[in-house]
Amino acid sequence: MSHAEPSALAHQFDSLEQQKESSTLGMWFFLAQEMLFFGGLFVTYLLFRWRDPTAFAAGSHELDILLGGFNTVVLIGSSLTMAMAVHSAQTDKQRQLVGYLVATGALGLVFLVVKYFEYSAKWHHHLVPGAAFHFAEPIGGRAELFFSLYFAMTGMHALHMVIGVAVLAWILARARTGEFGARYYNPVECFGLYWHFVDIVWIFLFPLLYLIGRH
Amino acid sequence: MSGHHVVPVRLYVAVFMSLMAFTTITVAVAYLDLGALNNVVMLGIAVTKATLVILYFMHVRYATRMIPVVLVAAVLWLLILFGFIMSDYVTRGWLGAGAPWPAPWSH
Repeated sequence: MSHAEPSALAHQFDSLEQQKESSTLGMWFFLAQEMLFFGGLFVTYLLFRWRDPTAFAAGSHELDILLGGFNTVVLIGSSLTMAMAVHSAQTDKQRQLVGYLVATGALGLVFLVVKYFEYSAKWHHHLVPGAAFHFAEPIGGRAELFFSLYFAMTGMHALHMVIGVAVLAWILARARTGEFGARYYNPVECFGLYWHFVDIVWIFLFPLLYLIGRH
Repeated sequence: MSGHHVVPVRLYVAVFMSLMAFTTITVAVAYLDLGALNNVVMLGIAVTKATLVILYFMHVRYATRMIPVVLVAAVLWLLILFGFIMSDYVTRGWLGAGAPWPAPWSH
């Protein structure tokens, strides 16, 4: 490993290696907290689905499996481009790094645009919980809880995507200056961990919300 | 050294293809009526997909031992969260104290 430049190595660390391990470990502590944060939503889902599985299945049936499936492919694709971005940094390919970061952000935006169309369709179909909520009998108002959880869980996930895209823009701006390479790419690596985590949340959300009312 | 392990591109693509295959399978299975097995298969596939992402995209397979420790600790805390909340709800009404859960709708 070549010698550290002063800008890459913060003064409190002995080596770039130690610095990288510290930042990765810190990121994992943050993700552990994130797992428990989303865990609260998932346990709520479990409790209320257990209470009224019929209404959850009926509500799930109203979700657009094509759009949800498309977004699953988009998000897993963005995880691949993100992994490739880290790979590009590790192998000192600056232009490739910028390209893969742009691709990751673009796929993230595609996901959010699709989500916007899904949300607005739910709005027009009176499936947003509140005074205007309407669901066909015999389930009726019982479906409201499913949609509350649908919006809470996908909304919190989408918020993570929005924050992700914003942070990605910052990483991208830094990558364009040539700051990242094989010696130093901690921000790319740590952002990648966050991005993959958000992908994993969707890996659980998609079946639990979209696929329970199909048979 | 472990911090600089470069995962081959071919492996990343293989993981991506596996994730796509599992997604297809989970959608297909959702259209079959397997009773309670539907949930088992669905969650089994989701856990498998998450494991692939964690091991390869998130490099945990090549990380120093501290990272798996944090990951396993997080999963344990998640199990505690689920375990304690469910042990509350499952046992409601057992001793005649409070209303049983699930409440009326499901039956």
